[in-house]
Amino acid sequence: MNPRRKKRLLITSSLILGLSLAMGLTLFALQQNIDLFYTPNEILKGKNETGVKPEIGQRLRVGGMVLTGSVKRDPDSLKVSFDLVDNKAGQVTVFFDGILPDLFREGQGIVAQGTLKSINSIEAFEVLAKHDEEYMPPEVADAVKGMPTLTTEP
Amino acid sequence: MAFTSFSDFLAMGGYSFYVWLAYGVSLLSVITLISHSVLTRKKIFKQVAQRLQREKRIKAANNREHNL
Amino acid sequence: MLKWLHPYAKAEHSYALAGKLMPWFLILTIPSFLVGIVWGLAFAPADYQQGDSFRIIYIHVPAAMMAMAAYSTMAIAAFVGLVWQVRLAEMAVAATAPIGAVYTFIALFTGAAWGKPMWGAWWVWDARLTSELILLFVYMGIIALYNAFSDKVLAGRAASILTLVGVINLPIIHFSVVWWNTLHQGATITKFEQPSIATEMLIPLLMMIFSFATFLGFMILYRFRNELLQREQHRAWVVKLVQAKQRG
Repeated sequence: MNPRRKKRLLITSSLILGLSLAMGLTLFALQQNIDLFYTPNEILKGKNETGVKPEIGQRLRVGGMVLTGSVKRDPDSLKVSFDLVDNKAGQVTVFFDGILPDLFREGQGIVAQGTLKSINSIEAFEVLAKHDEEYMPPEVADAVKGMPTLTTEP
Repeated sequence: MAFTSFSDFLAMGGYSFYVWLAYGVSLLSVITLISHSVLTRKKIFKQVAQRLQREKRIKAANNREHNL
Repeated sequence: MLKWLHPYAKAEHSYALAGKLMPWFLILTIPSFLVGIVWGLAFAPADYQQGDSFRIIYIHVPAAMMAMAAYSTMAIAAFVGLVWQVRLAEMAVAATAPIGAVYTFIALFTGAAWGKPMWGAWWVWDARLTSELILLFVYMGIIALYNAFSDKVLAGRAASILTLVGVINLPIIHFSVVWWNTLHQGATITKFEQPSIATEMLIPLLMMIFSFATFLGFMILYRFRNELLQREQHRAWVVKLVQAKQRG
């Protein structure tokens, strides 16, 4: 390789390296802001990394699993409330008045956006369903998980 | 076959709007990409052909001047 | 290494070689596309949770994967072009960018049309969706930058530098679902364990990925030939080509 080429290679490589480093540091600094949501445990005990707890009245998103048997619907309106849990024994209640997505059901992962009303309850104005990366036919799902498919809530 | 009839297939289990919207827009984008590529090629050929024509005319004009 | 090759002959040879390869890519694309799309839309079983809306996967995932593959190709070409000053490599960068942009657009659009019924929103500012949107902007930036210069040698160099700068976005897109809490689910087939998708759903998906890949190859060659013709339009070989076409 001639010296000119070597120089170009050096310049190009250091340009890429420097930019990746800058980007990496920026992302590291922004880490918690990029997170889409708090888990229920994080709302109660503070963020895992920083221990920052959300304040009452703060706008936030919470993501967790809908606790089976916790969905309560108002018979006269669209009002609904349910509990969200995570794998760390956190539990918060979400109140929502609106149309739930098709994938919403008990045991499903969801992300709700709203304001923190008390330490462990959220008034949501948007509820989004989060699904997993598994795709299979209903019969297989029955066999694998032993659970009824497409249970519609009462 | 996952569907029992053609209308069943079109209905996509109630998600027809979203499924066909996704497939339709994707097809349209790919068609746009293909036609843009083909048209660019044609344009270049036309450009070069026109230039050659022009050069030929200029050459012919020059020759006529010489002959006068 | 290619010093002994006459620089003009090099372009002409590349044009001919690309022309010879093109039909092979097309032959691979069409059957895999037809079988994959019919299988995916009509024969694959519906998903246990998402029903038939999951069939959007057959364009969403191939488009998203190949949008990133196109970018990797461009990045390698840009690197080679900048370091060894290979003009043909810089032309390949310019040829690939619009295809990558279209694939990225398809991935974003089909994602939105899938997210609305399943998640409940067309768009969410989570890390995966945002980084994919940035990929589209980077693609558009490269195209705009390349077209902004009338001097195509300078344009190729500028576009190549921007391509290399944008490379950092690729690992961010891929690992965004691992590093942060996102609404988008994790990887289905590009993880190290067994893919978490039933075989009769996976096979058409792999076929679609294959057809998107070969179509990408075909389009790169086609547009690469356009770039060559455009830049070398004053050379004798292009003139000969045009004259031959006029006569034929």
